[in-house]
Amino acid sequence: MMRITRRYRFCASHRLNAAALTAAGNRELYGKCNNPHGHGHNYVLEVAVAGPINAQTGQILSLASLDGMIRARVLDSLDHKNLNEQVPAFAGGVPTTENLAGVIRRMIAAAWPTVFPDSPAALAGVRLLETKNNFFEIRS
Amino acid sequence: MFITRRVEFSASHVCSRPELSAGENAAIYGPAANPHGHGHNYVLEVTLEGEPDPETGMVFDLKRLKDILNREVVEPMDHRFLNYEVPPFDRLVPTPENIAGEIWRRLRPQFPLEGPRLSNIRLYETDDLFVDYSGVEGSQ
Repeated sequence: MMRITRRYRFCASHRLNAAALTAAGNRELYGKCNNPHGHGHNYVLEVAVAGPINAQTGQILSLASLDGMIRARVLDSLDHKNLNEQVPAFAGGVPTTENLAGVIRRMIAAAWPTVFPDSPAALAGVRLLETKNNFFEIRS
Repeated sequence: MFITRRVEFSASHVCSRPELSAGENAAIYGPAANPHGHGHNYVLEVTLEGEPDPETGMVFDLKRLKDILNREVVEPMDHRFLNYEVPPFDRLVPTPENIAGEIWRRLRPQFPLEGPRLSNIRLYETDDLFVDYSGVEGSQ
C-alpha cells in the first residue's frame, strides 16, 4: 500500500457561536472567533488516498479525477463563501474547523463511489489547516 | 525513535504510455503528459526507526545516511530526464508513486535487519503533492 496526499486551498469566512449559549458564554468560549461580523481564513485541505499502484497507469488513482472531484464537490461549495450563511451543513451548527473537516470528509465520501466506482484506492484521511499553526485531521 | 533526513533533487519527466493516444494520455496524466517533458524539484524525506546507540548517542550516523541517499538517489536522478536516463523509467511511467517505489527498492538493501529500520519515505513532487511509502506489509 502506498499513500498519496494532495493539497488544496480555499478561503472562507465564519463565526463561531453556539445557539445554546448566551452572548457572554459564547464570547468566553470562542474569544475572537465569536466576533459578530465574522472573520476568515485561508484554509489548506490535504486529502490522502491509499491503495496499490495500478500496474498500467503507475498511479494509485487518477489525480485528474481526484482534482476534478474535489473542485466540484468540495471547493466550489466552500471557496469564498460565508460558511455560516452559505453552506447548508452549518445551518444551525457551528463551523469550527473540527466540524468543517467532518463536513468535507462526508462530501468526499458521498462523491467517491460515483467517481471511483471500481478503484481499490480508498480515502485515507483528511487534514484541514485553519492557519499554519492549527490543523485538524480525520484518519479513515 | 525516528530520525528523518531530507534531500532534494531536480529532474524532468513525462508521464505517458506509448500504447495510448495523446488524448488518452492527457486524460489520465493531465499536463504531465506533455511529450516534451517538464520538471520538478523533488524533496525526499527518509525516516529511520531505531534506538540510539549507547556509545554514540545516535540512531544512525547522519553523515552515512546522507552518503547513502546521495549515492542511491541524488547522484543517479539529479538533473536527469528520468524517462531517458534513469532505469526503470524507460519502461515504467515515472509517476511519483513509481518513483517512490523505485527509491524504496534502492534504499531497502542499505538497511539490513540488525540496524535501524527503514521506516518510511516521503517524496514531494511539489508542495501540494506527496507520496508516502513504508514498503509492502510484512516484508520487513
